[in-house]
Amino acid sequence: MSEFFAMGGYAWYVWGSYGVTFACLAIEVVLVMKRSREAKT
Amino acid sequence: MTAAGTRWFWYASPQTFYPLAGKMAPAFAIAAVVLAAAGLWVGLFVAPTDAQQGEAYRIIFIHVPAAWMSMFIYVVMAGWAALGLAFNTRLSGMMASALAPTGALFTFIALWTGSLWGKPTWGTYWVWDARLTSELILLFLYLGFMALQAAIDDPRRADRAGALLAIVGVINVPIIYFSVKWWNTLHQGASVSLKSAPTMAATMFAGMILMALAFWMYAIAVTLVRVRCIIAERGA
Repeated sequence: MSEFFAMGGYAWYVWGSYGVTFACLAIEVVLVMKRSREAKT
Repeated sequence: MTAAGTRWFWYASPQTFYPLAGKMAPAFAIAAVVLAAAGLWVGLFVAPTDAQQGEAYRIIFIHVPAAWMSMFIYVVMAGWAALGLAFNTRLSGMMASALAPTGALFTFIALWTGSLWGKPTWGTYWVWDARLTSELILLFLYLGFMALQAAIDDPRRADRAGALLAIVGVINVPIIYFSVKWWNTLHQGASVSLKSAPTMAATMFAGMILMALAFWMYAIAVTLVRVRCIIAERGA
């Protein structure tokens, strides 16, 4: 398991890419849901 | 007017598109989650370690689909903008506005993941290479489009001004795509093309396509929800 997270020494690059991408998409979803709630009221 | 023609214009009205978009968005969101789960599983667990790049190459499963989306969304956005200018349909401008933030986001993701991939493979996070520079210009075009629209109070005028910017900016998309051929770039050429078989292992290719489809479904779902917000906000 720790071998998987180590990514052969490239952990920062690989997880930095996946983590930031996931965070960006999650933030966009939260913002658009919030806008949607506000637009309806 | 033919029956089919009338039907298209029927859905070109924001009032009729609003409930349709609301019905379609959840289906695309579910498809995005399922495809992303499959793509991540193939990309992180099934696809073998690359002989040259080791595990660092796994960035490809995000980087390439995000870069495709960044260009594709721009073309679709400019297409909607052009339709709005040609037919003066209100929904077209709304669709263009709804696509821009998601397009900008995918452009940022392509640049960010490319930077994190460049460091271990090229030895640098950034270089003023033709591909990287033109992709950065794409990000500025998206941001310029959004800023221009935000600066104009009348939404119909904002749509027209934004449409012009979007259409002029479309010239940048072929420049990004062909930059690796036209100039001597550090960035590698296309690994996938319509004319030849992919130059990579089948599982790597499958992971990339699954992630591309997931991003596609995600972009459609978010755009549909956002266009509903725009329709409601404009009181249409």
